[in-house]
This record gives sequence, structure tokens and C-alpha cells, in this order.
Amino acid sequence: MASRQIGAIRSTFAPWEDPAAKPLVRFEGVSKAFADTPAVKGVDLEIYEREFFALLGPSGCGKTTLMRLLAGFESPDAGRMLLEGRDIGADPPHRRPVHMMFQAYALFPHLSVAQNVAFGLRRQGVAKAEIGPRVEEMLAMVKLEGLGKRRPDQLSGGQRQRVALARALAPRPRILLLDEPMAALDRKLREETQFELMALQQRLGMTFMIVTHDQDEAMVVADRIAVMRAGEIVQVGRPAEVYEAPADRYVAGFIGDVNLFEGRVAATEGPLIRLVTEDGAFDAEGSGAVGERAWLAVRPEKIAVHAEPPADPRNRLAGTILDYGYLGDWTTYVVEIAPGRTVRAARANATRTVERPLGCDDPVWLTFAPSSAVVLTR
Amino acid sequence: MKRSRSGLAAILPFLWLAVFFAFPFLLVGKLSLSHTVLAIPPYAPQLHLSQGLPGFRTFLAGLSGETYARLTQDRLYLDAYLSSLRIAGLAAGLLLLIGYPIAYGIARCPPKARQALVMAVILPFWTSFLIRIYAWIAILKPAGVLNAALGLVGLGPVEILNTETAVLIGLVYAYLPFMVLPLYAVLDREDESLIEAAQDLGATPLSAFWRVTFPLSLPGAAAGALLCFIPMAGEFVIPDLLGGSETLMLGRVIWTEFFANRDWPAASAVAIVLLATLVVPIVLFEREQAKVLS
Amino acid sequence: MRRGPSTFNIASVVLGMAFLYAPIVILVVYSFNASRLVTVWGGFSTRWYAALFQDQQMLDAIWVTARVGVLSATLATLLGVLAAVALVRGGGFRGRTILAGGIYATLVMPEVILGLSLLLLFVAAGLPRGFWTVTLSHATLTLAYTTMVIQARLGSFDISLEEAAQDLGCPPWKAFALITLPVIAPAVAAAWMLAFTLSLDDLVIASFTSGPGATTLPMRLYSQVRLGVDPKINAVSTLLIGVVATGVIAVYLLRQRRAPA
Repeated sequence: MASRQIGAIRSTFAPWEDPAAKPLVRFEGVSKAFADTPAVKGVDLEIYEREFFALLGPSGCGKTTLMRLLAGFESPDAGRMLLEGRDIGADPPHRRPVHMMFQAYALFPHLSVAQNVAFGLRRQGVAKAEIGPRVEEMLAMVKLEGLGKRRPDQLSGGQRQRVALARALAPRPRILLLDEPMAALDRKLREETQFELMALQQRLGMTFMIVTHDQDEAMVVADRIAVMRAGEIVQVGRPAEVYEAPADRYVAGFIGDVNLFEGRVAATEGPLIRLVTEDGAFDAEGSGAVGERAWLAVRPEKIAVHAEPPADPRNRLAGTILDYGYLGDWTTYVVEIAPGRTVRAARANATRTVERPLGCDDPVWLTFAPSSAVVLTR
Repeated sequence: MKRSRSGLAAILPFLWLAVFFAFPFLLVGKLSLSHTVLAIPPYAPQLHLSQGLPGFRTFLAGLSGETYARLTQDRLYLDAYLSSLRIAGLAAGLLLLIGYPIAYGIARCPPKARQALVMAVILPFWTSFLIRIYAWIAILKPAGVLNAALGLVGLGPVEILNTETAVLIGLVYAYLPFMVLPLYAVLDREDESLIEAAQDLGATPLSAFWRVTFPLSLPGAAAGALLCFIPMAGEFVIPDLLGGSETLMLGRVIWTEFFANRDWPAASAVAIVLLATLVVPIVLFEREQAKVLS
Repeated sequence: MRRGPSTFNIASVVLGMAFLYAPIVILVVYSFNASRLVTVWGGFSTRWYAALFQDQQMLDAIWVTARVGVLSATLATLLGVLAAVALVRGGGFRGRTILAGGIYATLVMPEVILGLSLLLLFVAAGLPRGFWTVTLSHATLTLAYTTMVIQARLGSFDISLEEAAQDLGCPPWKAFALITLPVIAPAVAAAWMLAFTLSLDDLVIASFTSGPGATTLPMRLYSQVRLGVDPKINAVSTLLIGVVATGVIAVYLLRQRRAPA
């Protein structure tokens, strides 16, 4: 696998692959429970300078608690948190060079926009003469020039979000924490904001950590994603790694759609594994011992749909179309391969017209390349 | 860690309540076991802490239940006790009957009007209680506004001032905001879709009210009734100004014993009896209040 | 969607309001009546107001009452802020139930009992009765009201505002002073106003705990009312109602404009 790069995009920024690089933030076995209910369980994590890091998971998985631990609003029951090598566990929130952008923004309603942005600077004891220009600079950066005198309730949702961002960035934190920063925005604004956030992070050369339950958002913005489940980190990796080489079925299912086939490993052959399932034998990449229970995971868009049976019987399934959904750019097919068992396949609508469109009850054949599927043992 | 620090804020209010609220009750209890003397202060025995333990012993020996014995012998106290509870109970019932339609009416209004109406219910409460009761004297007295109005339509005159009816009118008038507001709070919070669901399932508007709205508003009704009943049972100003000499209520008895008869032990004993009677409704009220707040 | 009010609903509200306001309106109207008799309209006159301002005893009582009101309301508001913080933020601290119970108990306690017990306290402590004893007693009486008003506001206060302030470098106490207090200030002001009017209004507790030279307005009014209807009382009542109504309506309008829904 080393010879081939997972995912299509190559990035030169990868300090986590450099054994000499020192992490900016380091969690060591951090645990936290609320009234005997564990929220974070023995988390080890390293975040590097200039990284855009995403904590991804469903609500209640402990991602917000992990962020609040780093900001200092919760204190860990066990473990250490290091910032630039220094244990910050005993520091109260106001002494940590870590700032947070709150989910509902938490803008001070009795202060103007400029006063909100200046708040952290004042606390740092920045000279009065310097505060004005710094605030202007921050407001310009988030494209809110001239709105400094307004009160938060006179702003739109998107503008408020920018004020919150400017306020958290103004005192130049070592790391900026973003708690579901786009949850309150509508979809179009959310997409725009995602790209702006990335550009800003690049330009400032700062470290961002975002908490989100939205996998698309995490995939778009982050250098690396940590997928959390029930207080534990299941996998950390680049978006493409997490998508194309999920650590287990949970990650595979949480990020994107996936078809799973349960079976046993029958043989291994180089990078390929032969898995025998109820629906036939398949070849795919992955690792596993012969006889071990395993699952074949294949994403819908990696399954080709044919109207005529392909000649090659390898990784081939036959069925009938049960249902389909036309999404404009894609069409998703639900194909019944055995009574009660369905497989999802997606086909890009590359041309405007198709000679013979597929419809319900049409017999079809599904194929996928061994390199497009992955075998999971968990 | 953060929590316990917020708890520290309780220290001062705690001390305040201990000194100015809880401890004085012990004094009332102590005094109710003393007897009257012609002196200043007008009771004995007195506790002199400077005399140490022997002084405390003589003090204890001087205490007696004679005041309570007196309470049971004099019909006046029993009558006042019973009529206090009866009048307060009756007034609480009337308040429910009158307050409920008002609260319900306000809750049905459009939001803007609701806010203004709630304000209008509270506003009289901000003006002097004494003055508002005094206004009723002018209305109810024999040559007052009410009889003048009745005279115009050829009715009356009616004699209301210095009767129990006048006391009831005064109580209902003075405590109406305390009944309407808790009721309004629960009625306003009600989810409108519940009524729609009930009607969708075949309930008429009236039966939807009886089977959904009304049961859901009971906690507010209970809170309002208790909030009014407890202080009304010890009310002084209203029976004193509107009730004339014939309306006996414990609040007045305490006042008369204290100010007119200078019988401090008797006033204390009556206060203790009243307090003992009100403990149950007070505890009930606190339970309801905790429920409403949670 | 909420259903509109029915005829019955409207009638209930209108009658209820009439019941609440009729006595007040009558009082105000008759304060301008030249005749001494309530049933006879003797023409418009401000003579009772003139008489009022010549009544030195009444004016003294107003001055005492105002001072007691300001001081006791300030005390009760300070205590109320502390109690509200403890009740809302204290979480599971020991004695929370006791504190809440004590506060609700003062709310419903008949005034006669409260007045008597406070008097006995001051006698036992050897405090001479007067201005200060009334002030302390009124702070005790109104503590429950200020606590409830501030507690309600603090309960709906978004705690993340305070966290944001801490995150940006404020120690907890400073975050409370810089952010929380200014945001809940209208509720604190309302609590103060409520305590002030309650103090202004109280007859029973003042009668028990006051002494010579500290006769409050309600005590003065009460002794006058017992002697019969005096149009001067109508005049002082109208002034009181005017002051309070102006204050309350001003605060209400201010808040309406400040906080558009």
C-alpha cells in the first residue's frame, strides 16, 4: 500500500508523519466522567502547529467534552494535557492561551461588535492606542469593516459568526477551538464559510481544532480527522484515509454510505484477501488471517452498474433494481441481490442522455474492483 | 470545583435568614411559654445569659404552658382560628373561580396583548396595598360609591362594609394578581398542538379544555391557591379595615393582643398556633414551587 | 398557531381589569373632588394636595419611608443576587434546599408573624427600635422577592457568555462583574424596584419594628384611615400611584425598545 497514495489529493503538509516534529497539543490518557457516566475515556491525541484538526462524531460521543477540557472548562479525572510540552491541566480557563468560538457564539449582548472583539485584548493588557487598530484589522479580516458600532442583535446570523471568530482570534491564541461553528448557518452560507475558514487558517498560519458532527464539513476543512465514538477515538487520519481506509465498520458507516458483506477470510494473496460471504466470494484489499471473521466494505460510487452481464465473474453480483433516486449529479440504485438483501450503487450522470435508462425491476449486474473495496476485521 | 465556589454565595443570605427569620421564631416560641408582667419588656421570665447556667435553669423553671391553656379556655381564640381558616379558604376558592378565566383569557390573546395584560395585572400590585384597601372603604361604606350607583338604578342600599363579605371582596381584590400570575404561567406554557391533537381526535373545544388544558393547569392552580391562602390566613389589614369589629381573624387577634392589650405571650402563642397550622400548606407550596421551577 | 380569544375570554379579561382598576380610578378622581364626601362631586379642586403639603407629619413620614425603602431595597437586592447565584449556580451544594425553603417561607409567611418575631429579636438584642430596625426588617421581608426575580433571569442566562469571558482572559469573578451583571441588570433593577415598592407599602412589619421618630407613611395613613375617609389620603395615594406607575411604565417601555423580540 505504501507505493500507492490513498485518496486523490497529495499534500506536503504532514508533520504527524515526521518523527522529529513536536506536537503543539498533546492529550495523554485523558479521561472525564460526569456523575459516573464516562464522557471521555483515555484519549491520546497529538495536534501539530498549523494543523486544521477536526473532532468528528455523533452527539454525545464526547467530542465537545474533549474540547472543553482543552479550554479549561472541565478538569480531567485522569491523564495530562500538554501545550507546547507544558502541562496546562491546573491552569484556569482565563490563563490558557487557547480560545474558543462558542457554538451559539456567546457574543456579549451589552457590548458593541468592536467592544466584543476588543474584550480579549483588554484582558491581555494591550495598550489602549493599539487596541483600536487591532480591532479594525480583525474586523477587516472577517469582512465586517464599519460594523464595529453595532450591537450583536443588529447583525445577521452569518455576521454574528464572523464577530465570534474575530473575537476569538484577536488575542492570537496558540490554538483556536471551534465548537460546531457552522451549526446555525444555512447550507449555502455554511459551504462558503468553510472555505473562508480554511483560507483564514492558512493565511494566519494558526492551529484550529473544530468539533463537528457533520462529516462533510470535517472532510472539507480538516487536515486530519479524529473520529470519536462513546468517548474514545476510533481513528485519526487524513480525510481520504478515513474515507477510503476506515479502521472499522463504525467509521465506514459514519462517514459516507457503505455496503457491508459479512464473511470469513478464505485466502490471502499479496495485498488482496479473498472473503467468502453468503453472497459469493470477493477479492479486496485489507489485512486478516485465514478463517477470521471479516466484513467487506464497498462504497456505492465504487460499484459499477451494468445492464448486460460482464464477462469477468470476479466481484460480480446479479440482482434487480428495487428503487432508485435521481439526484441530478448522481443516481443512486437500490439493487436486490437476494430476497431481503440490497446493495446501494451510485452512478455519476456524466452525460445528459442515456440510450437505455435503467428502471425498477430491470435485471442488473454489479461489479467493483478489488482495490475499490476494503476488508475490515472490526 | 466551580460549583462549590458558587455555593459560597449562599453564606450571607443563609446567615441573614438564620438571624432575621429562623432565630426569631425560637424567640416567639420561648415567649409563648412566658407570662405577662407589668414591666418593660412586659413578660417574664427573661433569659439573662450573664448569669450563666444557673440563670438558664431559673429561666427554664419559669416557663409554663399557661398561655396556651388560656387560649383553649377562651372561645374567642377558637372562633378566630376557625373563621381565619374558613375566610382564607373561601377567598382562595373565589380567587380560583375569578382568577382562572382571567388567566385563561390572557393566555389566549395575541403575544403583544399578552405582555401588556400581564403588566396590567401586576401594576396595581405596585401601588400601595393600604391605599387600595382604603379605596374599597369609599366604595362599600353606607354612603359610598356602590350605594350611590345602586340608588341610581333604584336598588339598594346594601350594607357591606364591616361584614365578612367586605373582607372577602378585599381579599380577592388584593390577592388576585398572586392567583392570576401562576395560573397564567402554566396556561401560557401549554403546547397549542395538544389542543389541536385533542380536537383532531374528536374532542369539542369545551371537552378539549376540560380534558387537556384544565388538568395540565392544576399545578399552577395549586401554587396560586397556596400562595394566596397562607398569607390570607394571617391577614391583618383587610379584616381590620373592612371587617369591622365582628370579623375575627388571627392576624387581628395577634395585633390586638400585642398593641392594645400588651399581652406579648398571648400574641406569641397565637402566632405559634397559626404557624403550626400553616406548616402543612407551606410545605405543600414549596413542593409545588420546586416542581414548577424544575 | 394559537387560537384567538373567544368572547368569553375577552369578557373575563375586561371584567377582571375593571375589578382591578375601578377602585384606583375612583381614588384618583376623588382626590380632585372639592367636596369632602365621596358621593358628592363638588367640582374639580387641588385643595387636598395643598393641604397635604402643609401636613408636616405626613411629609416627615414620606421622607422616612423613602429612606427606609432605598436602603432596605439595596440590601435585599445585594442579598438576592447572592442567593440567586447560589440557587442557580450552586448545583448540588449542601443546604440548597434549606436556603430555597427559607426564602419561599418568608414569601408566604403572614406579615403579623414576621413582624412579631422580628420585634422580639430586636428586643432580645437590645436594639432600640427605629429607622434601622425597620430597614433590616424590610430587607428580610423583600429578600424573597428580589431572589425570585433575579433567580428567574439568572436561570435563563446563557452560561457560555461567562465562559467566553473566561476563555478570553477574565477570572471568574470578573467575568461575573463584566458580563453577567450588566446583562441581567434590568432584572436586578426590577428586583430593586419591587423591593422598594414593597417597603413603601408595608404597614404591619413597620408597625411592629418601628419606634418613635420613625413613623412610616403607611403607619401614618393607617392611623388616618381609621379615623375615617380623608380626601388628603386620596391625594397622597394619587401621588404615590402616579410615581410608581410612571416608573413601572417607563421601565417597561425601555425594555420593549431595548430588546426587540
